[in-house]
Formats: sequence, C-alpha cells, structure tokens
Amino acid sequence: MVGITSYGGYIPRYRLSRMVIVQNMAWYFPVIMAVAQGEKSVANWDEDAISMAVAAAYDCATGKDRKQIDGVYLASTTLPFADRLNSDIVATALNTAEEGVTCSDFTGSLKSATTAAISALEAVQAGSKNNVLVAASDQRGTKMATMYEMFLGDGAAALLFGRDNVIAEFKGHLSLSCDFVDHYKACGQRADYTWEERWVRDEGYAKIIPKTIAAFLKKHNMAIGDFDKVIFPCYFKREHANIAKKLGIDSSKVQDNMYEICGDTGSAHPFVMFISALEEAKPGDKILLASFGQGCDVLHFEVTDKIKDFKGPIGIKGSLANRAELTSYQRYAKFRDLIVADLGIRGEANPNTSLTTLWRNRKMLLGLVGGKCKKCGTPQFPASPVCVKPDCNAVREMEDYEFADRPGKVMMYTGDMLSASVDPPAVYGLVNFDDGGRMFVDFTDCILEQTKVGLPIKMSFRRRYKDAMRGISGYFWKAIPQVKA
Amino acid sequence: MATGIRDKVAIIGMGCTKFGERWDVGAEELMVEAFGECLEDAGIEKNDIQAAWFGSCFDEINVGKSALPVSMALRFPNISVTRVENFCASGTEAFRGAVYAVASGAYDICLAIGAEKLKDIGYGGLPEFSAAMGTLNGLWFPNATAPGCFAMLASGYATKYGIDMKDLKNAMAHVSAKSHANGALNPKAHLRKPVTEERILNAPMIAYPLGLFDCCGVSDGSACAIVTTPEIAKKLGKKDFVTVKALQLALSNGEELQYGAWQGDHFVTTSKASSEAYKEAGIKNPREEISMMEVHDCFSITELVTMEDLHISERGKAPKDIMDGVFDLDGKVPCQVDGGLKCFGHPIGASGLRMLYEMYLQLHGRAGERQIQDPKYGLTHNLGGFPMMNVCSVAVIGKYA
Repeated sequence: MVGITSYGGYIPRYRLSRMVIVQNMAWYFPVIMAVAQGEKSVANWDEDAISMAVAAAYDCATGKDRKQIDGVYLASTTLPFADRLNSDIVATALNTAEEGVTCSDFTGSLKSATTAAISALEAVQAGSKNNVLVAASDQRGTKMATMYEMFLGDGAAALLFGRDNVIAEFKGHLSLSCDFVDHYKACGQRADYTWEERWVRDEGYAKIIPKTIAAFLKKHNMAIGDFDKVIFPCYFKREHANIAKKLGIDSSKVQDNMYEICGDTGSAHPFVMFISALEEAKPGDKILLASFGQGCDVLHFEVTDKIKDFKGPIGIKGSLANRAELTSYQRYAKFRDLIVADLGIRGEANPNTSLTTLWRNRKMLLGLVGGKCKKCGTPQFPASPVCVKPDCNAVREMEDYEFADRPGKVMMYTGDMLSASVDPPAVYGLVNFDDGGRMFVDFTDCILEQTKVGLPIKMSFRRRYKDAMRGISGYFWKAIPQVKA
Repeated sequence: MATGIRDKVAIIGMGCTKFGERWDVGAEELMVEAFGECLEDAGIEKNDIQAAWFGSCFDEINVGKSALPVSMALRFPNISVTRVENFCASGTEAFRGAVYAVASGAYDICLAIGAEKLKDIGYGGLPEFSAAMGTLNGLWFPNATAPGCFAMLASGYATKYGIDMKDLKNAMAHVSAKSHANGALNPKAHLRKPVTEERILNAPMIAYPLGLFDCCGVSDGSACAIVTTPEIAKKLGKKDFVTVKALQLALSNGEELQYGAWQGDHFVTTSKASSEAYKEAGIKNPREEISMMEVHDCFSITELVTMEDLHISERGKAPKDIMDGVFDLDGKVPCQVDGGLKCFGHPIGASGLRMLYEMYLQLHGRAGERQIQDPKYGLTHNLGGFPMMNVCSVAVIGKYA
C-alpha cells in the first residue's frame, strides 16, 4: 500500500487581525474593508519559507527515524535561493543521510506542493524510493494596502509518503496544466503582480478546479458524492462555497478554506487544508484534494485504520492553537521589511558567510548536531576534539548527538536593547538540555516579560541573518521558552 | 620549582592620561601623554627602556594591528615591542609581558603601555562581539552585546541565591553610586558627577536588568608602567618603591559555556586567579589584608559578583556587604577608589594599567582627595569576555619590604 505515513504542520505563532490592517491602511485603499474578516498568520521576522518548512518537516518526522528518509522535496514560490538547493537545507536541518537521498525543489506555481506529492508518490509506487518527505511552505511578500495583504497568510505543512503504516492510501490523481496567469512574480521580485479579481475568480478558480475534478471523476469512474471530504483552495470565501455548490458537494463535506483563521498560505495551502481534514478523519474516509495554479492537480486518498493509532504531530490544529496576536501594524511592516527603521551603526557589521566554514560545520549549524563523548557520555555543543567534562577531556571521542528535538530549560537570559535587532529587545541566554549539554543561544517567539529562569524550551530552526549585500540567508536554531497560557 | 613573581619586579614609574571623550587627540597623542608622565615619574631616559609590551583590544577602531603604532608614536630606537590582546585583560597582559621579561633577567628595564581609542566608532558602547569571535561563532552566536551577556549573570545570581531582582537591583545601584562618588573626586576620571541611587534605579533599560547607570563608560585613554628589578630600582636611588606581589591569569576552557556544573552565579576564573594570587603574594585573609581594590566593574553586577570570587565576600553575601558600605571609600575594603571603569572610564587596552596606576598612587600617598590611609596591598582585577567564557587577571602590588 502506498500513501501517507505521517503529516506535520506549522502555522507561525503571530496572527494579525485584518481589522488592524484596515485601521492602518484603509485610508489608502478602502476596498480592503470588504475582506476584513478574521486574522492572518504572520511569520516572525526570523522566519522564511525554509525555516517554516523545517518546522513542519520536524513535526511530520515526530516518532519516525529520519535516517530512513530517502527523499526531501520542498514546494514553495518564495524560496530564498534561486541556485542552491533549498530542499537540501531542509534535509540537512533534518539530519537525514546524504548518500542515497534525493532532494528537489518544486516551485513556480501555487500547486507545486501537490505536484511534488505526485512525484513522491510515483517514486514510492515505482519502488525507487521508500520514504519521501514533501514539505510545502510559503511566506509571500505583499505590498501595503492590497487585497493580497489581506488574503495571504504564512505557513507550512509536510507529508511523508511511503509504504509502511500508511494512514491514507493514495488511490489516484489527475493533473491539468495551463498557463492561466492570475498573478505572477518575476525572479528577484518580492511581491506578486495581480490581475482583476473578478476574472481570477470567475475564469480561474470557478472554471479550472471544477473542470479538473470532473475530468478526474470521469477517468476514475467515480462521482463527487463518493467523497467524504473535498478540499480545494480559493481565498474568495463566497466563491469557495459556490464552486462546491457547482460541483454538487454537500456543504458539510467541503473543507473550510481557513480564510478567517490564517489566510491563504500559498503553496502550502492545499496541504494545510488537507492536514486539517486528516486531523478529523475516520478510517474509510475518501478525500479529494485539489490545488490551483497554472492548472490544477487532483489527488484521491482513502484513510486507513492506522489513523486511529496515529498521534504525535502538533499538526495544523496544534500550531493554530499556539497563537499570539500581533497588535501593531508597524511591527508587522517592520518584520516584512516594508518600512525602514535605523539599526544603528552597530548593526552595520556585516561579515560574509564563510562557505568553507559552513560546509565543514553543516551538521552543527543546520542540523544542530553536537557531540556526545564516547568515554564519559557527556552531550556537548558544539562537538569539539576534546571532551568538555573536566575529569574526562577525552581526545577525539565524539559521536554525533542531535539537540534539535531535545527538551531543555532556560538557565540565564537577558533582553538586550543595545544589540542591533529587528524586534528589540533581543532576548537570548544559556539553556541547559535535560539530558545534558548547554548552549548559548538566541530566544525567539517570546517576550522578555514572560521569560523566566527554569522555563522549558523548545528548539526552532530560524533564519539567523539575511545578508542583502551578498544575497545569502543564514540559518541556525533558537530556543522558544514555553510560556504556559 | 616555581617561586612566583612576589617582590621580583619593581614599578618605578607610572603614567595615565585623562580618560574620556578625547575627541581632539588620536591614540598616538594619548600614548605620548601617558608615557611622558611615566618617564618623568621613573626619572630615566627613553633610551633606558630595552623592551616594551603594548596592550590594545579593538584594533579595527584603535591604531591597527601590531606594536608598530607604539614604536612609531614613541620613536623607540628599534627595540623589541610586542602587541598583546586578551580582551579586557589586554592592559594587564602588557604589564605581565614587561614584568616577566624583567624577572627572567632578559632585560633590565621594560615598559608596559596600553591604549584604546574607542570614541572614534560613532556610537556609544562596544561593538557586538559575535563578529569578533571567529568565522564559525559568527554564524551561530547570538548578536550579544557586553551588557546583554553580563545582564544574564544577574538572572543566574538571583536564581542561585533566591534573591528578588528588586533587592539585587538595589545593591547594584549602590555599587554604581559609590563609584560615581569616587569618580567625582578624580580629575582624570571620565565621568565626574555624583548620581543618586534613585536615579540609577530609574534609568532606561540597556539589557534587562541592567539600566544605563549599571554600565561603565567607554572611553579613550592610555596608561603605562616602567618596571625593573628591585636591585636596579635601588641603584637608581628609589626608596620605598612598589613591587609586584602577585600576577595571575585564568581563562575559561568552555566548561561554563558548554558543561552543566556552572550555575551562572559566579566567575570560575576569578575565583581561581584570586586564590592563586593570594598564595603568590602570601596573603592569608584577603578581607583583612587587602587595603583597596580596583576591580573590573564593566557592569554593576560584575563588581557585585566579583566580590565573592575575590573571596572578600562570602558566597551569596556580596549584596549585604555592598549595602553595609564595606566597599565604599571609607569602608573596610574600598573598591573603585578612582571611580572604576564605571566613572574613570574603560579604554580597554589601558584599563588594567589604569587600575595599577591608582593602586600605585595610593601606595605612594599621591591620591589627593581620595587618599586611603596607609594602604598595604592594592589589588587589581580584569575580566575580559563574558561570564560564561572569559579571561581574568588578578594582580596585587604593595611596598617592597
């Protein structure tokens, strides 16, 4: 049986009420008031498509042996690198094997996630791959006071495809490809160029999705009524319902487009909606998943008995529950580089990224792999030639030791107003890992006033810097203090 | 068998510029100023100096790398000059170089000089350290500043001893108020205004819980010392001169940063260096025997915690000693007599030598309004780096007996 063996989700913690955008920007473009329902998810300033993909991928790999993953595909239209395999950064962060692993970026369209899923499933079906992880992630840039600023949210989701312990069996698919350009983004551009919404809605979503679904049903000799859940993106709330009606789907069987709770998460959105459906699914449920973007992919899955025992991931539901309201539009605008605030001369320091250093230390920097002394068993970060334990000091006895998903606690910390930061104060400190090991590390997704010595922490892969001069984003891990609500 | 440095080297001259925002002069002028005073004090000629050690830290905003800037500024006759850098202990490192050179018998008379021109950087405070920590650390260390790193110590100390942050802040405020009072008496100090504890407590936050007045000034300045053997000092007609009693350096080995034993409440290095220094100097009970101290009060919390690692205060008792006035100018062990880094200022490469300069003046009874009665031993202490990875120097000087 070939299908989904795990899923993971990541919706960033910050949510921006669309009314906050209206209050700040409706003077410029009052039309945005018409779509001001609910809130959208907003990536923190240190997040991007890659970092969110890593979060979703780690969630997806909960309880799985990451060394068994032999394919990592990344789907996104907002990849930081045009030439450097973005998916390989995700794979290195996951600390997968290098030999025998295929990484690939799927990009250029909002349906890239479903296309990547089809490729992964075909590779597993063909027997050439065993466990392919497909992460989809988007952090789409928008201009101020635009409909897209209202529509779009940030997020990521990941699916693991394989043959063992399948929770949703892959039953078939059909794709339609056509150069329908409702929006586009040229290489190097930050925001999309968009065409008239009425046309996008009526000639795009309302025609292409039903047409592809109809073709799928015909090919597989099925009826829409055979499905327990039908999933397709469309950020026009009313048109989403109209398409369902047009297809003859009972409204209870249409997966919500999540407009009010996070907005359209781009490439990730078909997965985000699909995982939301899986989180509620029962054995035997037939699910139809469709995407949209220069055509449409339609995939059919049937939920298995294994879903009953499947637990572990935080998923979409869990990450939606981890919510903090971003009440300041200015702060959001600063996070997205829409406004310029002075970092000060201290912030001008801009050494380049040593690619030799990065290569030699890729496991440490991207995978948060430290060392464990084979002589005394002391975990330490980073791994070094001589063991740090005073009465051990064994030489060259380190074995790899992953810190990324280990629990720890805040040992000491500060909130630094002097440090050049996008979101001051810069909170950082020392953390102790429960199983041993100590790290000097930035904190994120926290506020100083809630940070305390002894709080549990969770490590999170983040963009540590963005070097605009040389066009490189650097990544490392940060600690998130787990403040209880 | 090593016998230590006690009484093997005499300080026969010292000099120190006014510290502060010396907008009008460069590092060369500062060195000439300090060296002139020092040479006059020693009563020797420039050509009597056989070798020199130069301490500076931020070479990119100072005079640049190597010891050439000293050799050229002071126009030495092609003698050996060595630049040393060891974070905030750089000035004391220069002193160590000169002292050990004399003690070894390789040279008769040596110079230690430190200089830093920090106010040419364009902003207050020091640069972020992450970029100065090497190519790899630059890719993962937080963009930490000095106040941020030492602020962390306050959270560690408060946790260890179960002290309310408000009470700890009160003791820290007294540390700064005392140094401001002392600095006001010192014409060479950078900051010369007394400040109330109330104002200190209400100052803007720099790095929680350190406010503006919990942080030392960053300054331009230079200081130097001329050292020789006691025998030569006598031959030069020096009477009642000052000798080095102890000179110790201790460096972190990564244990605090990476291993679980340290609790973030003290300085491992200071504890070690001071114990070694007392042994070297023959001091049994530092609280009773040390007459005065200049410690590395880069931040109020650093000074507070250092009192325990110098074994002057018992563990967990520094806040009480501070509030009891033990370290005030009229207290049992006056500390930061010249205003400290807090008010005299902190041109990194010069700071260690500046501390020795104050102890030297006090031992000779030349400290003016802030003169302490009959001091026997003066202790200086530098701490470079961060609480969890640092370089610590401790020196003790006193009259040659």
